Amino acid sequence: MTEIKKYPAPIVNVETAPFWEAAKKGKFLIKRCTACGEPHYFPRSICPFCFSDKTVWEESSGEATVYTFSLMRKSPSGPFAIAYVTLKEGPSLQTNIVDCDIDTIRIGQKVKVVFKPTDGAPLPFFTPV
Amino acid sequence: MTIKGKAYIAGIYEHPTRHAPDKSTAQLHAEVAKGAIEDAGLIKADIDGYFCAGDAPGGLMPMVDYLGLNVRHIDSTDTGGCSYLIHLGHAAEAIAAGKCSIALITLAGKPRTGPLPPRSAGAEADFETAYGQTTHNAYGMCAMRHMHDYGTTSEQLAWIKVAASHHAQYNPHAFLRDVVTVEDVLNSPMISDPLHRLDCCVVTDGGGALVVTTPEIARSLKKPLVRLIGQGEATKGPRGGKDLDLTYSAGVWSGPRAFEEAGVTPKDIKYASIYDSFTITVLMQLEDLGFCKKGEGGKFVADGNLISGVGKLPFNTDGGGLCSNHPVNRGGMTKIIEAVRQLRGEAHPKLQVKNCDLAIAHGTGGLLGVRHAASTCILERV
Repeated sequence: MTEIKKYPAPIVNVETAPFWEAAKKGKFLIKRCTACGEPHYFPRSICPFCFSDKTVWEESSGEATVYTFSLMRKSPSGPFAIAYVTLKEGPSLQTNIVDCDIDTIRIGQKVKVVFKPTDGAPLPFFTPV
Repeated sequence: MTIKGKAYIAGIYEHPTRHAPDKSTAQLHAEVAKGAIEDAGLIKADIDGYFCAGDAPGGLMPMVDYLGLNVRHIDSTDTGGCSYLIHLGHAAEAIAAGKCSIALITLAGKPRTGPLPPRSAGAEADFETAYGQTTHNAYGMCAMRHMHDYGTTSEQLAWIKVAASHHAQYNPHAFLRDVVTVEDVLNSPMISDPLHRLDCCVVTDGGGALVVTTPEIARSLKKPLVRLIGQGEATKGPRGGKDLDLTYSAGVWSGPRAFEEAGVTPKDIKYASIYDSFTITVLMQLEDLGFCKKGEGGKFVADGNLISGVGKLPFNTDGGGLCSNHPVNRGGMTKIIEAVRQLRGEAHPKLQVKNCDLAIAHGTGGLLGVRHAASTCILERV
């Protein structure tokens, strides 16, 4: 029996609203600074590297590799995999690896973004390719 | 400008309790304050500076009022478990600048009796909290990557717990006093891969306090003279996700700053208090502080190298957070206290380091695998 895990809805604010609006359409956005060229995640208005305000939204390929992970065995909702994945575009981010046998997850494994519903905007997760 | 030699730790106190359902958190703060002030041979009215962190109920202002202090310098810097290691540096700065002359630092709380208040969320909340981040899996991710990059093993990590347990057997107040083996650690249940239950610290009620003062006042008191000769602090986080590397901590910056100020090197250190929220925390800090090369922490901690009287670097001779005490899930205070005991010659006779005149107390706060701070303090017996 597969139980649908309930995820909390993001508390959207004005700075990050475009990210969540895109998520509703299945698009995974990152931010890129047009001054220094660096992408970053999670999104900020001011570039965390060069402090320019010339940041723009960019759709990510959603392709990534597992940087590291840990399998949480003691959880009331059952074991789950937390991970950092590194996007093809560069930035690394925290997520869960889902829809797979978590005991098969390996560092370096290729994964792709998948959205899961909440009562608000959907949340991005990653699943093995 | 330097704080080298400008501040002395005149009073220390670690609450003997590990489970305090019969006491309030504010009461525990008052009890440890009283203990440290009496240890120094001072009275409350002498205190003119006060430092506390997020464990103080209601924050600094209610705490100052509850304790009945009348102070001219205050600081409520909160960097989780290493707050008190930062407070010690900041107290030295304030003393050096004449902003106060006798500073009190307190820590207390009761996570064993009941849940702690939730942490406040940062701007990252929407992008992280849904993924079930806990202390265990955040450190587990560091250990997993360290093993991948450097071949570190669970057996090597287990040696850190083994060393702590060898020390804890002599501490009558230690929460866990049984000596454990590498096999015991490996056979304990997996909590968050690759960390087993015995890779984790204890959860205890309690607290501790320090009194920090000027060289002149310290010399007028009866305790052996222990002074701060260097301190460094730093923070680290994912920083926009660029070049993520979870195999090192902010200790790579706080450590060199402290050693440079003190004018000493890791090989001069006789005793090391290293924050041990998990075994991996210790291993990474030892590398980051320069006790061994990055990636060689596993070899360094193996075969009892951290056991006092056995290995080259005696660490956490009170049993540390892994076995003795981790009050309020914040281990920085007890790190300083045991370092001062060693420098005073007040550690357990079986574990007292001979001619212990130079010690390090180092810790991280927050989550090593996410956002954290680090503070390194170099202490000297005069």
